[in-house]
Amino acid sequence: MADSISLKKLVTRLLVVVVAMFAFGFALVPIYDVMCRVFGINGKTAGQYEGEQIVDESRQVRVQFLSTNSVDMVWDFYPKADQLVVQPGAVNEMVFVAHNPTDRPMSAQAVPSIAPSNAAAYFHKTECFCFTQQVLQPGERIEMPMRFIVDRDMPKEVKHLTLSYTLFDITARHPPVALNTDR
Amino acid sequence: MSAVIDDHGHADHAHGPAKGLMRWVLTTNHKDIGTLYLWFAFSMFLLGGSFAMVIRAELFQPGLQIVQPEFFNQMTTMHGLVMVFGAVMPAFVGLANWMIPLMIGAPDMALPRMNNFSFWLLPAAFLMLVSTLFTEGGGPNFGWTFYAPLSTTYAPESVTFFIFAIHLMGISSIMGAINVVATILNLRAPGMTLMKMPLFVWTWLITAFLLIAVMPVLAGCVTMMLMDIHFGTSFFSAAGGGDPVLFQHVFWFFGHPEVYIMILPAFGAVSSIIPAFSRKPLFGYTSMVYATAAIAFLSFIVWAHHMFVVGIPLVGELFFMYATLLIAVPTGVKVFNWASTMWQGSLTFETPMLFAVAFVILFSIGGFSGLMLAIAPADFQYQDTYFVVAHFHYVLVPGAIFGIFASAYYWLPKWTGHMYDETLGKLHFWLSFVGMNLAFFPMHFVGLAGMPRRIPDYNLQFADFNMVSSIGAFMFGTTQIFFLFIVIKTIRGGEPAPAKPWDGAEGLEWSVPSPAPYHTFTTPPEVK
Amino acid sequence: MTRHPHVWMGLLLWSIFSQAQAAWTVNMAPGATQISNAVFDLHMTIFWICVVIGIIVFGAMFWSMMMHRRSTGQNAANFHENTRVEILWTIVPFLILVAMAVPATATLIKMYDSSESDIDIQVTGYQWKWHYKYLGQDVEFFSNLATPAEQINNQSAKGEHYLLEVDKPLVLPVDAKVRFLVTSADVIHSWWVPAFAVKRDAIPGFVNEAWTRVDKPGLYRGQCAELCGKDHGFMPIVVEVKSKPDYEAWLAERKAEAAQLKELTSKEWTQQELIERGDKVYHTACVACHQAEGQGLPPMFPALKGSKIATGPVADHLNIVFHGKPGTSMAAFGKQLSEVDIAAVVTYERNAWGNNKGDMVTPKQVLELKQAESQ
Repeated sequence: MADSISLKKLVTRLLVVVVAMFAFGFALVPIYDVMCRVFGINGKTAGQYEGEQIVDESRQVRVQFLSTNSVDMVWDFYPKADQLVVQPGAVNEMVFVAHNPTDRPMSAQAVPSIAPSNAAAYFHKTECFCFTQQVLQPGERIEMPMRFIVDRDMPKEVKHLTLSYTLFDITARHPPVALNTDR
Repeated sequence: MSAVIDDHGHADHAHGPAKGLMRWVLTTNHKDIGTLYLWFAFSMFLLGGSFAMVIRAELFQPGLQIVQPEFFNQMTTMHGLVMVFGAVMPAFVGLANWMIPLMIGAPDMALPRMNNFSFWLLPAAFLMLVSTLFTEGGGPNFGWTFYAPLSTTYAPESVTFFIFAIHLMGISSIMGAINVVATILNLRAPGMTLMKMPLFVWTWLITAFLLIAVMPVLAGCVTMMLMDIHFGTSFFSAAGGGDPVLFQHVFWFFGHPEVYIMILPAFGAVSSIIPAFSRKPLFGYTSMVYATAAIAFLSFIVWAHHMFVVGIPLVGELFFMYATLLIAVPTGVKVFNWASTMWQGSLTFETPMLFAVAFVILFSIGGFSGLMLAIAPADFQYQDTYFVVAHFHYVLVPGAIFGIFASAYYWLPKWTGHMYDETLGKLHFWLSFVGMNLAFFPMHFVGLAGMPRRIPDYNLQFADFNMVSSIGAFMFGTTQIFFLFIVIKTIRGGEPAPAKPWDGAEGLEWSVPSPAPYHTFTTPPEVK
Repeated sequence: MTRHPHVWMGLLLWSIFSQAQAAWTVNMAPGATQISNAVFDLHMTIFWICVVIGIIVFGAMFWSMMMHRRSTGQNAANFHENTRVEILWTIVPFLILVAMAVPATATLIKMYDSSESDIDIQVTGYQWKWHYKYLGQDVEFFSNLATPAEQINNQSAKGEHYLLEVDKPLVLPVDAKVRFLVTSADVIHSWWVPAFAVKRDAIPGFVNEAWTRVDKPGLYRGQCAELCGKDHGFMPIVVEVKSKPDYEAWLAERKAEAAQLKELTSKEWTQQELIERGDKVYHTACVACHQAEGQGLPPMFPALKGSKIATGPVADHLNIVFHGKPGTSMAAFGKQLSEVDIAAVVTYERNAWGNNKGDMVTPKQVLELKQAESQ
């Protein structure tokens, strides 16, 4: 055991690597998030749209709307129409309906997802109920608008988009404030 | 405790081990700890094997006969976890403990007390893990890959024990790896330059770096699970803004290097054994070292080939497909080197050589199916079928396990001072060889015909091959009890082994008497 | 197709080898779509490349195992490197890999084609069943395993499609581009039909896309391919591909069913409304035998007033009205009366003549019973 100093140094360095890799495991979370938003991995939509869009009259894109309830979610939840045919660059609106049929206040979170993945980065929501949690009182029914722009730069071969929302019951984790919600 | 361990390495070199049970509990001797690791690994191999026997018994015929699906899922999960973390990895750490100091002319491992601790964490971890089988909700049932949300929101209560067990195993592996790196980098005998080290030492050095890099990521992964389950975070839960697919990315970032962790040391051992019985130096030593390093590097950029069907964009699929195909190049180099080492040698086929040659051939078959799996469009058909099960059992059983058997027979004379019974050893080999192929080759067929993995029951069209698989698995499993008998017989007696029982063997470990004295190389040997 | 476990190894081996040849399938099937055929070709190409490499490498190894044994008096050579050879066997495999990657890339690009589709179907995984929704068509249904528990528990002989049969298959038209939007309501599942070479993970909170265009009509079977809990092995997929007219007819039928359901469920029947309607139905369909005051004409025609059936569980009552009672003159009204009328008359009988159960049967319940029966 000739040079124990260098042993100490070596072990310290290796331990630093261990700690760094542990931290890296957690760092993968934001890294992954950035990668998803840049490349549209996993149907994450692009961020809020900034800047102006000129409507592209020359092409049409069919946007489909899906709504899925997580298995334990009892609300009625659906878009008012199955699909819209839109022009890239234009601001469009779709209204989703949510209804809480139970006799207790509940909170929900809608999670959006886009298919195909090569289009996700070109779908901009300017207003969406998925940005916040929804709280509904017993029997309450609301209409929730969402506005979006399909980017002019979206690849030409993409003729249709699917926007899917999955509604999760998060009452247990985020108990709704009784009655006077800021809705 | 310090009084017992402190003085070793100073005055009383001539002293043997302490007596009684405390010798094993408190030991800091690399040979004792190596022995502990090897026995522990073998007992876990039998335990994980018995889980596999339950699986194969249920799959012997279509219909549910022996166990219910809940328990079947626990068996597949525990089989994977116990084999990966309890059998293969500790066995390699055991071999490293025994052989690395002997191979590089070091008196012991660099951090002997930590060595003791990293071993004793393992029984604690596995006691915790296996005890979950007896809890009310049952043990982990979400597969050894424990994909969220099945392993978080939908997991049995015992998942918390599973997470702590993984943490303990991870700490144990990391400490073991640090020890290996420190030993190899600091304790080499004078003249033992890096490029003179036996390949087993080289592959273990690279493996240790892989462990240090990815075990913390696994620890992070299970910590995130723990936080999701108990502290209200949403790393992997879509409901809270997380992403279940993120889990798979984090897991396979660990998981793919992990599969090389389970094979690289075997590469190293076989690279000593084949030259010994070919009586010819290893072909392409330098390229072997570089190939190992290349495989280790590539293992970090191919993880998503386990996830071709989760919906990765086209560019992603292409990148991971190409990167995965590239791994075939260094792996091919290794296989060609082994074949060239045998070429024009003077070959004899003692048990270690039989296992080593079977290793090269059968591992290559696993490599071929790996190549097929790398082709993303074809993988859409293979993914999560028995074809994958066949593939990874072909790389892990004749790969890792046969590599360990070859090593065990090769070095048993050095460990015990006795020659093992060659006839029994050969019988063990042939029974294992036939059983293994009978068990796993038909899995290729049922996989291609469309049988998904991890199912307790199947359509009648898969029945015949499943029966063959089960027969092979029973044969392979029973044979390993026979191995236990061979090892015990060798320990208790047999023809005394000379210092160098294999005439073609090279390396410092053969310069010390057999059995290796309790303390070796207290004065470093001179390496020319 | 039942097999018997034999105690004796010989008998057992004999029994397996004497099974139908079909059970010894060793390879992938080419499938029923262009893509699946392309995947099959790719699979075979790579397989044969591997076989050739294997023959060369293993051939060399077996050659040295035969010819270079010490027992043949062989003296070991002493070479241990050859730069030219080593470079060669790095470059050649690389070129072979490039040759593999080219067709693989082409096929993959075809699979990612996102051109317009004819039909869009949302596929949702549940523990442990699939749900299909024909987008824009108001048609949706669950598809459950249809294999009876007795077969799984070895109490009765297993059928040919054991574990690969469902109550309601997914129906598709031939030669149309179908887009699947795959998602999950709980854990991760994977929707896999080998004949289409389509396998896509169903991930909660996310939607995944896949597509197919099937060349020939037929029944295609698949299974969930991602471990999803206890009954992972028991959630098969069956796709029935029909000719276009047959598909249209099927779709029209499903749509009519859905419209009917909507109509019945859109009106919220109250108990009073049902009783009033049931009164009329009773006095046309039942009164002849069971009499105006429900007293019946025993022993031929039992009384309903205070009877076990009319004051017992609702389900039994509905069942006897729906199916009749074999061996008696009680007819099966399930096919004779509308859902509303059956619901009304049962509700009436349970509340008239002092039966006063206070409960009711809705037309929707009757419809569900009817649909369950028609499987």
